[in-house]
Parts: sequence; structure tokens; C-alpha cells
Amino acid sequence: MIAEAGLAALWIAAALSLLQMVAGVAALRLGGASLASLVRPVAVAQGGMAAVSFLCLILLFLRTDLSVLLVAENSHSAKPWLYKFAGAWGNHEGSMLLWVTILALAGGTVALLERRLRGDTLIATLAAQAVIALGFYAFLLLASNPFARLYPAPVDGNGLNPLLQDPGLAFHPPTLYLGYVGISVAFSFAVGAMVTRDVGPAFARAMRPWVLAAWVMLTLGITAGSYWAYYELGWGGWWFWDPVENASLMPWLAATALLHSVTVLATRDGLRAWTLMLAVVAFSMSMIGTFLVRSGILTSVHSFAVDPERGTFILALLGLYIGGALALFAGRVATVREGATFDPVSREGALVFNNLLLSAILGIVFVGTLYPLAVEAVTGEKLSVGPPYFNAATGPLALILVLVMGAGPLMRWRRGEVRAVAGRMAVPLLLSGAALIAFIVTKPGIGWMPLLGLALAIGMGAASLAPLWGRNLRRTPLFTWGMALSHFGVAVALAGMASDSAFTRERLVAVREGEAVTVGPFSAVLESVEPVAGPNWTALQGRISARRGNGQTFLLTPEARTFTSPPTETSEAAIATRLDGQLYTVLGKRNPDGRWQLRLWWKPFVTLIWLGGALIAFGGALSLAGRLRREGKAARREALV
Amino acid sequence: MAKAKHQRLVLLLLAVAAVLGAVLLAMSAMKDQAAYFYAPADVVRKGLPLDRAVRVGGMVRQGSLQRLPDGTTIRFIVGDETDATIPVTFTGIVPDLFREGSGVVAEGRFRPDGQFVATEILAKHDENYMPPKLGPDGEHRTETLK
Repeated sequence: MIAEAGLAALWIAAALSLLQMVAGVAALRLGGASLASLVRPVAVAQGGMAAVSFLCLILLFLRTDLSVLLVAENSHSAKPWLYKFAGAWGNHEGSMLLWVTILALAGGTVALLERRLRGDTLIATLAAQAVIALGFYAFLLLASNPFARLYPAPVDGNGLNPLLQDPGLAFHPPTLYLGYVGISVAFSFAVGAMVTRDVGPAFARAMRPWVLAAWVMLTLGITAGSYWAYYELGWGGWWFWDPVENASLMPWLAATALLHSVTVLATRDGLRAWTLMLAVVAFSMSMIGTFLVRSGILTSVHSFAVDPERGTFILALLGLYIGGALALFAGRVATVREGATFDPVSREGALVFNNLLLSAILGIVFVGTLYPLAVEAVTGEKLSVGPPYFNAATGPLALILVLVMGAGPLMRWRRGEVRAVAGRMAVPLLLSGAALIAFIVTKPGIGWMPLLGLALAIGMGAASLAPLWGRNLRRTPLFTWGMALSHFGVAVALAGMASDSAFTRERLVAVREGEAVTVGPFSAVLESVEPVAGPNWTALQGRISARRGNGQTFLLTPEARTFTSPPTETSEAAIATRLDGQLYTVLGKRNPDGRWQLRLWWKPFVTLIWLGGALIAFGGALSLAGRLRREGKAARREALV
Repeated sequence: MAKAKHQRLVLLLLAVAAVLGAVLLAMSAMKDQAAYFYAPADVVRKGLPLDRAVRVGGMVRQGSLQRLPDGTTIRFIVGDETDATIPVTFTGIVPDLFREGSGVVAEGRFRPDGQFVATEILAKHDENYMPPKLGPDGEHRTETLK
């Protein structure tokens, strides 16, 4: 019954989105007030029905209802409840349902809360939102029904891929999807504004919270995904330039650019066409991300199943939406009036430079991600593009970007003075220079990119906090705090990345029980290897006692796990976190001669990478709170007048 | 007004230049850095690619896996549906699903003597993963359930 209720709710939601689209378009064309007044409640109802449908799916997974095909394929009665719950989106159909549910809820929220946008622009926005949702409803109902029944019901389910059986699954996909979907809302705003020719500061202020929220979620999702891959995959790396990672990075780069250009539009009424273009690009990137990950074109933990029909369907949706958006943009861009002008040396100028650099990095990642697919499609030749390409091509640009990030907030809007900026940047630049010299002298042999990264991180970390310098901190607006913290977070993350690649020590050894090995400042002894058992796995657990110099001994227990359903082996790294880094250990195979393979890394300050990511997101959240508070005050003031 | 038009044009040109520059940079970096995929038969057909990192893929031959005395280096032979083979050396911990008779993709470089020194054995996320070209019906697929 629950499955049928879920399916029915999904059909109703789809029908409502159709109604929302038709009513919205008709209201704009014919101008009927009754039609227009229909759009908002329908959008809210659509969100509600999608949520009901998704709740039904979660219930089915919690109860392990094996008469539902999706549950039987992807769940198992012996799974811990958290993974039954999160397992609802640990598969193709469920994750698409989560996608469209978040989309519908976001649309409902816009309909419910947005008060500042012009009426017809809001209608157009909601209609655009309905068009996007409709495509995904069609995809779910026609090509990936999550509620399909299985008869006869099997005795037990297939279980969930063990790599996904991690608390990260409860957090990483929903945050990323919130980000993707938030971008689609921003895109709908852009479409709405293009349709009604309402591109200006008011539109930018309405769109900005959505861009900010989406960007915060993407940042969190990427940071969480990076840490998850780092500890779960046991390769000691935190970013692999895997196409699925790039699929989340590309929307983030576009959203970061959009976030900065929408600020220029909201504050100074500049960069109108460019902001619209970025909204289109950001949405295209999140669609391409969905396509790459969900079409099964890539083989990875994220591609749950290959089905040519589904890939084609998503590709068609992708073409339709991106093509339609670009056509609308091309048709309307000429009617977008020129915004305010500015000097090259000014806050706007720095933000334009930031946007150009972000776009260039985006282009490089885009080419590197899609080129192999294009070559294979055209010539049949297989090739892979890996970290050497991405690091070499994006690294220098990213370093310049960090430099601009330090300087930009120290410039004035419209017209900055070179001398004033140089004066404010003097201390940070001196810090960077001093750090550069110090590292060259004390730690020779670091590559030039990590070296510059470390030096810039120190100087620009200081520069990013400079906007707070000399202000009354209590009266400083929240969004200024947010900006400073986010920028500081970038410097912190950069320091972590540079430190990881400059100072990591790695040992790969084969040792007998009782034998010692040193890595960096640590000495470690493999005391024993013992069998242990968990709820749905058994494992060999290595007991490693480690100590730093003459310090306290502590125990690390890396495991080689064997899961029962589905039968799979994984390795669980054991990580000891210290203030100045992490000791990372992996237990490998047992050699026939009785020695155990052991891999150890000492990674100084690697934790700064994710701490920085969290700071970036926290800054974004502060900024969002500040903007909403100010908007709320403005709205109340208007209500009084 | 004239100035405004001018500025928009300059910004547009800058944007186009930045993205074009990025793509050109990307393409040139790609020439040096892209790793082509070689099955053993490709090596016979095209010769050894000595100047760049490549990926090789195929099946680990039964009985070919050897461990060297250091305890962390292994040697094995990768074969495909032809008689061609590639001898591979790898130092490190192999992925959980690496075993004789199963598919493997390794990244690294060829030595002039034909030995492939792998820097990485690619972890396969799926026990049913087949390297490209080696699927049961010649298709690249990861379908888990039937």
C-alpha cells in the first residue's frame, strides 16, 4: 500500500507541476489574475506531494519491504537502521526522487516566502521551475520508477554497496543535491527575469539568498565527500580529479562566480548580462553533473546501474534545458540594458577578474572531464585524464585567484586607488614574502606550487581578515563577517592542501607482528592482527601501537573487512588526528611468508583542508543570515510605509 | 552611454579571451598528460608507448602472480582475448578486488624492455566491474543485478 501511495503522490506532483507550468505561462500571456493566483498554491502543493512520495520511499526502506524491487535490490534486513534510511537514496531511482523532491520543496518555498520580486517575474520563475521539475518527474515515472513491485518477493535483499555503508551517505548526497537544486532555483529566477525583462538590483537581491544557500550546500557537500573518500577509500588522497568529483566541482566554480557577480548586480547594478549568463552556466553544470553521475556513462561508486535508455533520457533533458536557456539568453540579452560602469581598479574590477579566473578554471576542468568521453565517442580510443593535467593547468590560476581574493575586498566600489590598495596589501604581501623565504631556507626541496601555496595562504589569510580590521566588530554587518570568514577559509584550505603535498611522509612496508616501522616523527609497531565481527561484516583488525618520539603510546586499528551482503571486501583506514596533522594507516594483504602489508602516512596539517571547507560554508551561512535579516528589515519598513 | 557600450564590449572580449585561453591551455596540457588506454593487443599493434604515462587493462593471468622478497612488490601478467600479454610490476597495496583471473586496470609507464611499471592499480568500486572491451558480451557495463 505504501508503495502505491508513494507512486500516486508522485503522479499527482507531476500533474501539479504541469498545471503550474500551464497556468504560469497562460497568466503571463493572457494576463488573467485568477490564473496568476493559482500558481503559488499549486507550487506549494506540488512540493508537499513530492515530499509525501519521498517519505513513502523512506518508510519502505525502513521496513525493508522486499516486495518493492528497489528495496530488494538495494537493501537488506540485517543492515543498521541508519543505512536503511540513507540507503533510500543510495541507488539510482531513490536519488533521483530525492533530487526532484528537493526541487519541488524549493519551488514551494519560493512560492511561499518570496515577497520582494515583481509579481509577473515570480510567476515566470515558478513556471520555469515547473518545467525543470516536469522533466524529472517524467524521467522518474517513465524510466526509473522507484516504487515498482517485485513478485514474488525474495527472502532477503541484495544489500547496499559496503563503500556506501557509512554515515557520510546520510549527509553527502542530500547536501550536494540541495546545492544543485538551489542553483536550479537561481536559474529559474534568471529565466523569470529574462522573460519579463526585469533584470536589475531587485531581481539580484531576490536571487542572491538562493545562490548563497546553494553555494553553502555545495561547499558542504564537496567538503564532506572529499573527507569521506579520504578515509573510506584508503588511498590517503583527498581529491582524485575523478569525473564524478569534477561533476560537483564545476557547478561549485560556476556558483562561486555567480555569487560574486550577483553581488555586483545587487549593489552596483553592474554585470547584468554576465550574471544571467553565469546563472545559465551554473545550472548547465549542475545538469551535466547529474548527467555524468546518473547516466552510468562513468564507472564509479556513484553510477548505480547502467541503462542506455536512462542515459539517453537525461541527455535529452540536458540538451533541452541548456539549449532552451541559451536560446532564451541569446534572444533576450540585447534587451538587457547596460549596467553601471566602473574603473578597472575597483571592487567590481577585482570581482570581474575573479569571475574570469573562475571561468577559466571551470573551462579547464570541463575540458579535462569531457574530452576523454568525446574522444571515445568519436574515435573509440580510450584515454584518461588525471591529476597531472588538472594540477598543472588549474594550480597556477587558483594561486592567482587567491591573490585577487586577498586584494579585492580591500578595494572600494566603482573607483579604487592603486596607492591605497597597495598600502593595504603591503603587510599581507610582506608576510607572504617572508613565509616564502622561510620555507625555501628551512625546507628545501618543496615543489614550487606547494611552496607558493603555503606562502600565499599565510599572506592572504591575513589579508582576508583585514576588512574586519579597525572596525567595531559588534556593529560589523554579518555579511562582512561572512565574506571575511569564507575568504579566510579558502586560505586555510589552501594551507592544508599545500602542506599535504609538500610535507606528507609515506611508508609502504611488509612487517611481521611485533615489528616496528617509522613514518615522519612517529614510530609504529604492528602488535597483532585479530579477527573481529560487526553487524553485517567480519574483519581482520590490525592493532598498531604508535608513538611520537618519546610521547604517549596510542592504538590504531585499521581493518580489512569482508561484507556478507553483497559479498565485498573493503579496507577501513585507521586515522589518528593530532593538532598538527593526521597519522593514516591501512592494513593490506597477508603475504604467504606471514608478513602483513602496511601503509602509513604522516600528513601534516591535512585537516586544514576540510576545516577550511567548513569555514567557507560557515562564512556563506553567516552572510546568508545577514542578508535575510537586512531584507526582512527592509520589507518590514516598507510594510510600515 | 558610449562609455557603457565600450565597457561591455571590453568585458565580453576579456571573458572570451579567458575561456579560450583556458581551453587552449587545457588542450596543450592534455597532449602531454592524457593517459591512453592500452589492451595487450594494442601494444602489439601500435608498439610500446615509451614517452608518456598510459593505462593498461585486461585480465590477470591465472598463476602469473608473484611476490618479490620485499613483501610489497608484485609481478603479474595481463592478458586479453588474444595471445598478447603485458608483464606488470607494482609496488603497493593492491585494491581489495584484485586477484588472478579478474579484470584489472593499471596506470604507469612502459620500460623499453616491455615491462610495465604501474604506479597505481585502479580500485574498482564494483565486484562486477569489467575493464572496457572485456565485458561478457563485449560491452562496457556495470549492471549489478539481473
